[in-house]
Amino acid sequence: MSLTLQNVSRVVEGEMWIDDVNLSLEPGSFNVLLGRTLSGKTTLMRLMAGLDRPTKGKILMNGVDVTGVPVRERNISMVYQQFINYPNLTVYENIASPLRLAKMDEKEVDRRVRETAEMLRIDPYLDRLPLQLSGGQQQRTAMARALVKDSQIILFDEPLVNLDYKLREELRQELRALFKARNCIAIYATTEPNEALALGGNTAVLNEGRLLQMGPTAEVYHQPKDIITAEMFSEPPINVVPGRVSEEEVTFDDTVHFRLNSDLRRLTPGEYQFGVRASHIGLVPHSDDDLELPVRVDLAEISGSETFLHVHNPHFDLVLHLSGVHAYQVDQEIKVYFPTHKLYAFDAQGKMVHSPARMRDQ
Amino acid sequence: MQTKVENNKAWFLVMPVFLIVAFSAIIPLMTVVNYSVQDIFDPYTRYFVGTEWFKQVMLDSRLQEALLRQFIYSFTIIIIEVPLGICVALMMPTKGRGASLALILVAIPLLIPWNVVGTIWQIFGRADIGLFGAFMSSIGVDYNYASDPTDAWLTVVLMDVWHWTPLVALLCYSGLRAIPEVYYQAARIDQASRWAVFRYIQLPKLTNVLIIGVLLRFMDSFMIYTEPFVLTGGGPGSSTTFLSQALVQQAIGQFDLGPAAAFSLVYFLIILLVCWVFYTTIMNMQKDK
Repeated sequence: MSLTLQNVSRVVEGEMWIDDVNLSLEPGSFNVLLGRTLSGKTTLMRLMAGLDRPTKGKILMNGVDVTGVPVRERNISMVYQQFINYPNLTVYENIASPLRLAKMDEKEVDRRVRETAEMLRIDPYLDRLPLQLSGGQQQRTAMARALVKDSQIILFDEPLVNLDYKLREELRQELRALFKARNCIAIYATTEPNEALALGGNTAVLNEGRLLQMGPTAEVYHQPKDIITAEMFSEPPINVVPGRVSEEEVTFDDTVHFRLNSDLRRLTPGEYQFGVRASHIGLVPHSDDDLELPVRVDLAEISGSETFLHVHNPHFDLVLHLSGVHAYQVDQEIKVYFPTHKLYAFDAQGKMVHSPARMRDQ
Repeated sequence: MQTKVENNKAWFLVMPVFLIVAFSAIIPLMTVVNYSVQDIFDPYTRYFVGTEWFKQVMLDSRLQEALLRQFIYSFTIIIIEVPLGICVALMMPTKGRGASLALILVAIPLLIPWNVVGTIWQIFGRADIGLFGAFMSSIGVDYNYASDPTDAWLTVVLMDVWHWTPLVALLCYSGLRAIPEVYYQAARIDQASRWAVFRYIQLPKLTNVLIIGVLLRFMDSFMIYTEPFVLTGGGPGSSTTFLSQALVQQAIGQFDLGPAAAFSLVYFLIILLVCWVFYTTIMNMQKDK
């Protein structure tokens, strides 16, 4: 079972919601749709599900054109951000409902419901009503309903955003494991790059209705094709500093210079945007190439056991992602070390023209 | 030891409520209670009669018949109006200009004063000048609400259905609008039928507004006065004389203030009791689920 989108567009009231998307998903794959709010993730999923028809383009399943086939005749499941269950049916009946509609034999229904409930660890609550469950259990019920029938496509539309952080991590891991054994196409929409990285599989990056890049998640992370993908696919977003490359050195905002290292020598002289990940800037030098920058602290944002340090020098702002809790005073002067061999370079159009050689510690 | 500071400020804050409730409910009600236990000849001559009037009222066959009629009537219109209201709400368009148009059209009967409703139906049902009456006689039905008790009943029920189904419909409509779109979407993905969507999504989500709808319709129809009064005057005979009309006849027609007051209290208690029983039953049913 494969799903292919060919030049799919959707225009709603004159606005381009989905712009010429080409996408091919393999059976048994886990695919993450990564994009900010309003980037078109839900719209694209609705098209894949058959809830909406594309304005232009074709949707193929196993090579067969299903563009006009309504959702009732496709074999798909969907899990939503809200916990959608039948309010007056028990958990058991909720999970059984898709099977009942498919007129499945009662014994088989029972077997499958119990198996799926066990898999999602809601088997002790089968006799309860959805409203008597916690949010996490309600969403597990909704997931069980989606998983109980053998759908060829299962769509997850930000299913974990309404759950607290602990539950989210727990359910995310289980979800990934559940799909290892299945031969269906899973599509998972999220706004969070960390979630995409945790889920693995493939990632498709959407921005303003356009598909920017699609590939194995790690590859998209390490080799973003353009500056938007690079910014979107890291948390905090990648630092972008404008700079100029001349014959023998790189200049940031006319103030900071360093000699071209072997890595960057291939770049033709001109104006570039340089990207450096927040986690790659350090408080201590990691190699001799590192560039020392005096900066002032704007804010130290402490999140769990990590610190996001916002700093600036007269010309640009930077964010550092440090492990451990670091307390800094506002306006404190510190030195940070800028890894010159871990730079991405993007040209005037925002296309990536240089990425760092893969780091040894990865 | 902690000392508790006492002050009586709270009494000032609840005082307005006490005053309003006293003037709007307690004092008028107590006047009625006062009448119901006395036999009054003139402002200076009155006798305490205890429960005399209550006994008389409870044993009055005219009132017993009116009470029975009242129950049948309320039951009939609820049985008709609730399902019909749900159907209308389901058929009303949800988006665009059609939605506002439908809302206005449905709401029109609710905006008409009650005595005008009676007059409208009085004319509408007449065989010589009324559309409905003329239609009935043109298809060969001998229809005359002024002389035939069945026709009178039919007309009164029809009138109430026309007048009040929109209330149920509007309540249900708002209940339906409150269901998030994703529920319908999920049902489509589940390949659920139209009936299943109604049975398992819409109806459960409508339960609360339906409880309110049934309660409102019960209370209102149990107290119905103006429309049948204008339309049939309670006749022919006493076939459409409902409780409130019987009460008015006794209180104002015969000026039997004592029995009328006793009757009012009984009437009030019946409504209170039925609503309470209905409400607790429904609530218990929901809790059990």
